[in-house]
Amino acid sequence: MATIILICIGVLFNIFGCIGLIRLPDVYNRLQAATKCVTLGTCSILVGVLLHFGISNAGVKALIAIPLLFFAATVAAHALIRGTYHFGVKMSDKSVRDDYKDVKDEVS
Amino acid sequence: MINYLNILLYLQIILSGVCLYRVVRGPTIPDRMVGIDIFGILVVGICGIISIQTEKSYILDIGIAWIIFSFIGTLTLAKYLSGKKLHE
Repeated sequence: MATIILICIGVLFNIFGCIGLIRLPDVYNRLQAATKCVTLGTCSILVGVLLHFGISNAGVKALIAIPLLFFAATVAAHALIRGTYHFGVKMSDKSVRDDYKDVKDEVS
Repeated sequence: MINYLNILLYLQIILSGVCLYRVVRGPTIPDRMVGIDIFGILVVGICGIISIQTEKSYILDIGIAWIIFSFIGTLTLAKYLSGKKLHE
């Protein structure tokens, strides 16, 4: 039963992330919404798999996949959005601040 | 329990299709890359649900390998993008 509840929470987070991926105005907002929601939702699904199998052959694989997914997805999103800024994609018209513009030449 | 898992599995597959809509539609190149990245993470969730349904453990191996290849691919494309300019 706990497995079903955890997987339901995970799929709910994934639905919110995909709504953000479709509806938000520019690429920065889309990545910010989608990466956080979908990563934590998938981690919740994998915790459900771990509770279902217990400490066994499959449960340990799910336990390995959780930190791997957590670090890989966040680092990839950070690198992707930095490359996007240097590529020159404009922010949407409703954006109010751009703090990275001043320090871009010093950092890179 | 299997019926509930079927419903959740179909929801997850529909969400993957929604990500592919962003890949097809996206106005710039980074939009398509964001769609592919999120699609890869959703597939790992699909692998977890299928491994509960079939009680097999090797399907989780597919998920782990998918995480690693998605990470390498996204890093490579990000490195490729940061050397280019959009309006040249």
